Amino acid sequence: MRKPFERIIEGILACSGYITSVVIILIVVFLFREAFGLFKSPAVEEGYTIALNRTNKVSEDQFHAQTLKLVFDSEITNWSNLGGADEEILLFRLDDLTNYYSEEELGSNLENVPDCINKLVDSIPGIIAFIPKLYVASNFKGRLIEDVAITPKDFLAGKEWFPTSTPSAQFGLLPLITGTLWVSLFAILFALPFGLAVSIYMAEIAHLKIRNIMKPMIELLAGIPSVVYGFFGLVVIVPFIQKVFHLPVGESGLAGSLVLAIMALPTIITVSEDAIRNCPRSMREASLALGASHWQTIYRVVLPHSFSGISSAIVLGIGRAIGETMAVLMVTGNAAVIPTSLLEPLRTIPATIAAELGEAPAGGAHYQALFMLGVVLFFITLTINLAVEQITKQQKS
Amino acid sequence: MIPYKKNYTTRKKRSQTLLFALFSLMSYSVVGILLLILGFIIVKGIGVINWEFISTAPEEGMTKGGIFPAIVGTFYLIIGSALFAFPVGIMSGIYMNEYAPKGKVVQFIRMMTNNLSGIPSIVFGLFGMALFVNTMGFGDSILAGSLTLGLLCLPLVIRTTEEALKAIPDSYREGSYALGATKLQTVRRIILPMGMPNIITGLILSVGRVSGETAPILFTCAAYFLPHLPNSVLDQCMALPYHLYVIATSGTNVEAQLPIAYGTALVLILIILIVNLLANVLRRYFDRKVKTN
Repeated sequence: MRKPFERIIEGILACSGYITSVVIILIVVFLFREAFGLFKSPAVEEGYTIALNRTNKVSEDQFHAQTLKLVFDSEITNWSNLGGADEEILLFRLDDLTNYYSEEELGSNLENVPDCINKLVDSIPGIIAFIPKLYVASNFKGRLIEDVAITPKDFLAGKEWFPTSTPSAQFGLLPLITGTLWVSLFAILFALPFGLAVSIYMAEIAHLKIRNIMKPMIELLAGIPSVVYGFFGLVVIVPFIQKVFHLPVGESGLAGSLVLAIMALPTIITVSEDAIRNCPRSMREASLALGASHWQTIYRVVLPHSFSGISSAIVLGIGRAIGETMAVLMVTGNAAVIPTSLLEPLRTIPATIAAELGEAPAGGAHYQALFMLGVVLFFITLTINLAVEQITKQQKS
Repeated sequence: MIPYKKNYTTRKKRSQTLLFALFSLMSYSVVGILLLILGFIIVKGIGVINWEFISTAPEEGMTKGGIFPAIVGTFYLIIGSALFAFPVGIMSGIYMNEYAPKGKVVQFIRMMTNNLSGIPSIVFGLFGMALFVNTMGFGDSILAGSLTLGLLCLPLVIRTTEEALKAIPDSYREGSYALGATKLQTVRRIILPMGMPNIITGLILSVGRVSGETAPILFTCAAYFLPHLPNSVLDQCMALPYHLYVIATSGTNVEAQLPIAYGTALVLILIILIVNLLANVLRRYFDRKVKTN
């Protein structure tokens, strides 16, 4: 009776042992499942289509999300730029219809609109029309650009994140990923000297009593919720930066970096302090016996010995900074542009997901793009974790 | 030669003293930052907190009234995630330290646990939304939010359990086996009771983590404003960190809402302070008990 019972318990324990692996696999599966539709969803807004004059020979491959945006922003104004004839591009949106036809011609119930559009597209060679599919006449004489999907290139190399842009929403990763890396990098630059100084002080210099007081305080610093850091940043750091640098708004990359630096400090301190403490006593004593001063011992013996531990502390700190959501969302101003200076607002990947997912209709391209951002974030942090794993493995061997 | 040498050592000494002074200064400034943040929020928030603030619901577009529903919501989320994460996490920790074959298997599980703990909380939010809210059909609910938060603090629970069990010397296990006890009996009667103090400390710290997380509940559970308390686990609820985020960023009446934000932040900080203090006190108490035994 005892034996089968023990077996069952053992089985249950084994199952729960593998739960973290199962969760990671589930995360990958579900993120991909929600995100993958992105590259199948149309580049043009749902329910609309792009129509050209039938003589227009520009190939369909040209009409991906980025070019459509450039054309409709009048940044590309000639078809020759897209490999077509030397002809001025004429933009046409539904609102422009009244410039060409009177209200009587359109009909009292707009019943003639499809015919009017048909005639218009047929008569102007350089036209590009952004019209609802509803208004495409059955005997349409122009050329319809259909089935243009968002490509991985649009996502990975897109320079703009503008989900509400018409006719073609822009889901470019570049501004978000540069924003994320930019903020995290500066956060580490700010945090590293302090983190190292504190860990050296706590491990080597401070009295045990002082260390015993400082250690729980550093733990407390790690325990403060990110939203409280964000709030503190919002009411103290942001106005401070605005005043010091005479900026129109204080929400900026700098504010984000400072808040993230404070948040990354506990990680850096605890991990590198552990590494420094792990340096064997015999090495220290040998160095001191050779006449080296305390500082020389730290600088020439202890720090090189704990180098891999300190580097894993740095990498972990970067990982923490990259994934941080709420604090960054509250202080960086969330402008989705490729940052050129630390004093400008910028936007990170986690902040974008947090800010926009609530408004994106489930299953739409925007929703899928946000999950794709989640996939990117997941793999960045996974790489970082594996790197740390590798570093610690080397340290042990 | 001698004066030169003397000079050299004093210079060395002086630069070392200077450097160490700089290090201690930097260390104290880091502690200073912590005290500044805590002090700032305590000073600004202490005037707001009274019984009414803690026991009433927000009123007039969150410009007046208290934060009672948010406190209750956070409490529910803590309970919900604990119900899920504690048993599973402790069992997982027991498996890793007591049952799993040492070597590759333990290494693999540990790697996966580390990876899980490194995943950003917003990704947990996305995952919770995809799995619990949409696929399993829980909707925005306490259930979905608790499960998401439970997954988030799972690695912490597993790790502390494993560490706690690792600290127990093998001689106890061997003694138990020698008396004829089975493995399960050993774990239940010897290992778990001995590891419990450290496990409990870890559990308390994970409660602190859960109570402050915002990103995972953004899309799985948190409500902007609810005039009443949730009736079932399938209702939405308010939560302290989300409430703070909402009134700090999307307020329409900043002057009236700022004090409420300070008050909410203070309540949140107090929870974290109490949790940390409790964990430290327990750790010391158990340490002393072990020593006197």
